[in-house]
Amino acid sequence: MIEFILNDKKVATPLPNGSLLLDFIRENQHLTGTKIGCREGDCGACTVLVGEVKNGQMSYQQIPSCLTPIGNVEGRHVVTIEGLNMDELSPAQQHFVDEASTQCGFCTPGFVVSLSQYCLSQDAPDTDKAIESISGNICRCTGYKPIERAADKLTQSLAGKSTTQTVDWLVQNNFLPTYFKDIPNRLARLAPKEKTNFGQQIIGGGTDLYVQKHEELVTQDFDFVINHKELKFIKVANNTCTIGAGITVTDLLESKDFSGLFPDLAKHLKLVSSAMIRNVSTLAGNFVNASPIGDMTAFFLALNAQITLAKDHQKRIIFLKHFYKGYKDLDKGEGEIITEIIFNIPFGKFNFEKVSKRTHLDIASVNSAASIKIKNGIIQEAHISAGGIGPIPTYLSDTCNFLNNKELSPTTIIEANNILQKEISPISDVRGSVEYKRLLLRQLFFAHFIELYPETISLSNLILQS
Amino acid sequence: MKNIDSKSHVTGKSIYLDDIPTRQGTLYAAVFSSPIAHGWIESIDFAQAFAMPGVVQIISHKDIPGENQIGGIFPDEELLAKKELHFQGQPIAVVIADTEQQAFDARKKIILKFTERKAIVDAREAQAQNSLIMPPRTFRKGDTKNAWKDCTYIFEGRAKSNGQEHLYLETQGAYAYPLENGNIKIHSSTQSPTAVQRTTAQVLNIGMHHIEVDVQRLGGGFGGKEDQATPWAVMAALGVQVLNKPVKLVLNRIDDMRMTGKRHPYDSDYKIGLSKDLKILAFEATMYQNAGAAADLSPAILGRSLFHSTNSYFIPNTKVTAYSCKTNLPPNTAFRGFGGPQGMFVIESALAHAARELKIPTYKIQHKNLLKTGDELPYGQKIEGGILLQIWKNLVQKFDLQSIENQIDTFNKSNTHFKKGFSLMPVTFGISFTKTPMNQARALVHIYSDGSIGISTGAIEMGQGVNTKLLQVAAQVFSVSANKIKLESTNTTRVANTSPTAASTGADLNGKALEMACNALLARLKTSAGKSFGVSPDDISIQDEIIYQNGIATSMNWTQLIDQAFLERVNLTENAHYATPVIHYDMSIEKGIPFAYHVYGLALTEVTVDCLRGTYEIDTVKIVHDFGKSMNPTIDFGQVEGALVQGIGWMTMEEIRYNDQGRLLSGTLSTYKIPDIYSVPKEIIINAAQSEGTDFAILKSKAVGEPPLMYGIGTYFAINQAVMAFNPKAKLSADAPFTVEKVLMGLYAADHPDR
Ligand SMILES: Cc1cc2nc3c(=O)[nH]c(=O)nc-3n(C[C@H](O)[C@H](O)[C@H](O)COP(=O)(O)OP(=O)(O)OC[C@H]3O[C@@H](n4cnc5c(N)ncnc54)[C@H](O)[C@@H]3O)c2cc1C
Ligand code: FES
Repeated sequence: MIEFILNDKKVATPLPNGSLLLDFIRENQHLTGTKIGCREGDCGACTVLVGEVKNGQMSYQQIPSCLTPIGNVEGRHVVTIEGLNMDELSPAQQHFVDEASTQCGFCTPGFVVSLSQYCLSQDAPDTDKAIESISGNICRCTGYKPIERAADKLTQSLAGKSTTQTVDWLVQNNFLPTYFKDIPNRLARLAPKEKTNFGQQIIGGGTDLYVQKHEELVTQDFDFVINHKELKFIKVANNTCTIGAGITVTDLLESKDFSGLFPDLAKHLKLVSSAMIRNVSTLAGNFVNASPIGDMTAFFLALNAQITLAKDHQKRIIFLKHFYKGYKDLDKGEGEIITEIIFNIPFGKFNFEKVSKRTHLDIASVNSAASIKIKNGIIQEAHISAGGIGPIPTYLSDTCNFLNNKELSPTTIIEANNILQKEISPISDVRGSVEYKRLLLRQLFFAHFIELYPETISLSNLILQS
Repeated sequence: MKNIDSKSHVTGKSIYLDDIPTRQGTLYAAVFSSPIAHGWIESIDFAQAFAMPGVVQIISHKDIPGENQIGGIFPDEELLAKKELHFQGQPIAVVIADTEQQAFDARKKIILKFTERKAIVDAREAQAQNSLIMPPRTFRKGDTKNAWKDCTYIFEGRAKSNGQEHLYLETQGAYAYPLENGNIKIHSSTQSPTAVQRTTAQVLNIGMHHIEVDVQRLGGGFGGKEDQATPWAVMAALGVQVLNKPVKLVLNRIDDMRMTGKRHPYDSDYKIGLSKDLKILAFEATMYQNAGAAADLSPAILGRSLFHSTNSYFIPNTKVTAYSCKTNLPPNTAFRGFGGPQGMFVIESALAHAARELKIPTYKIQHKNLLKTGDELPYGQKIEGGILLQIWKNLVQKFDLQSIENQIDTFNKSNTHFKKGFSLMPVTFGISFTKTPMNQARALVHIYSDGSIGISTGAIEMGQGVNTKLLQVAAQVFSVSANKIKLESTNTTRVANTSPTAASTGADLNGKALEMACNALLARLKTSAGKSFGVSPDDISIQDEIIYQNGIATSMNWTQLIDQAFLERVNLTENAHYATPVIHYDMSIEKGIPFAYHVYGLALTEVTVDCLRGTYEIDTVKIVHDFGKSMNPTIDFGQVEGALVQGIGWMTMEEIRYNDQGRLLSGTLSTYKIPDIYSVPKEIIINAAQSEGTDFAILKSKAVGEPPLMYGIGTYFAINQAVMAFNPKAKLSADAPFTVEKVLMGLYAADHPDR
């Protein structure tokens, strides 16, 4: 039996823990405000909130119910649009009406749910955050401008929001139904979670698995990373940063320790999927999925990160760059799981670049990350990765070797690009032609230096010389 | 007034097709379709699939009692393929099972043996092989042959625009169930309930009166549910006929993208001639429309490409020929703009080409040639109420075009990494179905004995706000409050023989019919009130539900009047019929008055290109638009914003890709990208033009659904300009969409002077 609270009602179901939350909500509970748009996490019509107690307060995230196995919400509070409705419209709903932010209305519940996450967040109100909260919601009718206006108005309505007693404040000010106040107590009374163990196939956020083969998964039981508290940590100490494999992209953003190491982290990670996908997608899931354009893989390859692989009580540590042997072919034994990710600090300056057809919520045509240490104008250590230019996420070892001990200059970079071009083997596909991907990687390679060393390197001095 | 559905939308209570509570015993259908784009079926084996758990029936062409035919304009499309396979995703069989999952699981077990033939995916290739949907059409005016010699400048080139996936957020679907005596009720997410009814009757071999089609609302249509909602409804109904059980068929996104047609890709050649002072003297074009494997609505769409091939310009000599080319893609279909955008893209490409060669801004040519009242279009209609010049002046002054141009120039001179570009995009769009007989509508109004009102029309609500506008019409005629009025679902038993809700005409046609019905009822009510006060009906008026006699309030209110009229046995129901007057068209000479009126407008677009990464942002789009006398600015401005962004999507990131075998490569939301909240213009400013409206528009409020989509074309040319600011020698042929790939390739094209 899986128990959780759905809106103001406790639910228990004997369904396999791999079955989908979306189907449970619509078919089993007949709550039809949650819509089916694409079943691949790319439209947001099925957005729901999931909440749990964190540091003594309820913490809610918006998630795609179409990719979420019910095992991942066990013991938590799931909120659909129905669970947000009150006798009167909430400010989020009222602003949507006032600003004509809804036309056909099919996307609307998803937007309202995501914006409710924004209301529930403990951050100070800020329209950019409001927009961020709906970055995974697609609307085909409105052109988004009226939605932006509603988000702006909502931010104004939130002025004075308490960031410590958020739920109470929201209930008091008619943003939320009152039952929200009692949720922490009710969650505490739920039956303890059933134990899962490492024996079964492990699922992180499910954002890769359920896109690829949801029909198979919904009838089975799985082990969930989320149930392994020991995989959820970020530790910065002794010149290393160690991250548990259950950490999500959102966790990285919310970690002061981690974001302290990367001044542009928010800018970089905004290029990765959408808020709602980042909330659930784990780093290890990205590594193991082994897509040649995995963004977090490129990110950590450029930190020359290592991973710990464990099975039963055996552990081994390998470099992430050695994890990939061929297309979707990994140095990973049957049943082995990734438990942690380790990289050295300080790592010099870091940059992440990604270009896709649509800048946000899209898979890269080409991505690349770089960490570069320079002393007295000489490159001490460079680690550069690239994706979309071969069968695996690639650590550009020849290019990195070439750069080491060279003077930082346009000439060096241009010469390095010649090496780089020999190191890659892109193919033409929907994400771009071979010629494009080669050119694009050159540009992104240039971009690392232009971004990190603007005083020495500029676009004009690179292209004029190449 | 806000959209009357907005409260139920924001609370998730609005009911879409998939939300209709299902009846006991409902079965679920999944469509098995062709894996290849061209070839034929050798054999098909359902045995394994049929043995799967839950499977009740597998329906194929053999189970069709009537005609296996769904073609709307030409009978050239089978509902379920018998032998020949013409496109990937062509339906072959329908698996019906106890659950949706079972139907999908069983579908995988169908064994199809086929012979594959070479597919044609390119329109020109089809034309070369004489694979055409119908003979080409040509619009002629003046004499281009003789005009070339008078031209100082002549430019020839090619313009391509790709298709566009509708991506209505609600996928296609239908839910059908048996009523008594072989009658069937179908809930369908369709823009054309009558097409569903007619086609179902034909396929099931029963009278149309046996079929009731009901539509509450659509989660977006955009033309994609004009003709192509029909097959799924027919299949569900066929399931009902065979099994006498309720059958629900909702396409999942991947099936929807694979099996349905899209906006037509066009590939065109143009030749344009200008005088020394930049007057366009002659324009010739040949357009190759990629119709896909069956006619669907392609012939009509081709027509609109021709009607709009000169966009907003007066050109004395034109000759434009268009071929509807039969290929092995899913039959392409209506999409907001209906061929108009594709037609306009060609002439705009020609103008941009001329401007580039002449080293002047394109707007200099555009402005010189704008249509004025009295100008005759290539199809014989003369411009009435032509306000383009005034709109142009208004925009140029209001937003100070000169200083924008200067600022961009200065910016580009002092920046390498980023370049800016701008463009102007005028639009002249004709309103009416170009097939004259379709310009008719009916409305049925009941006034209930308590004074509340129920309205049925043929209009489909799909987010465009037509129901809200209809409610306004009734509320205005009767002067009663909105909460007394209900817009009923669209149902073929209440309003029959409807035209699809399309061509931006939904509010005009249905609104006019409704206005007539309401006026007729009002006249009866006035007679009744007049009688009781012993005055002439002309002395009676109603305001805010109070009955007035010669302008003085009486003690009688609306409810009392209705009560009295009912007791007097006055008919409180009215059915009215409206047919747009004046319009006519003769296809044999390609002349006539196809449009009740035109909508005008102009957009100014500014973009910034990141010349390092090839990405771009749209800084602003400033629009002056002809709403006529907008009856609902909230809804109308929303239509402009939404259409603009859809047009921008078509011109920028939305890239449909098929491989050489006609297989769709961009068939998921992870490979086909429509604008998200971060990719829309940072600013959209809309101004209403000074406009008198027209009596052909409902309450003089002009149709607004489609015309603004074409403002999006401006984005293409603004990006083009920014790319050329970085790489003046980039030989950019017009080839939309302008993806970031094309931008980067253009920025660094080999003939870059700096390389
Ligand atoms: C709409 C959408 C947008 C996306 N956008 C992006 C994007 O911009 N960039 C990008 O890189 N990716 C993107 N993705 C892909 C996906 O979100 C990421 O790859 C994500 O990191 C996968 O993590 P997960 O936890 O959801 O993986 P899951 O689907 O749960 O698992 C993926 C694989 O990893 C295995 N696995 C998970 N955890 C472990 C572990 N600890 N040890 C061993 N094996 C494990 C699973 O068994 C499975 O084989 C997107 C996906 C969606 C649906
Ligand atoms: S209102 Fe129709 S998709 Fe957003």
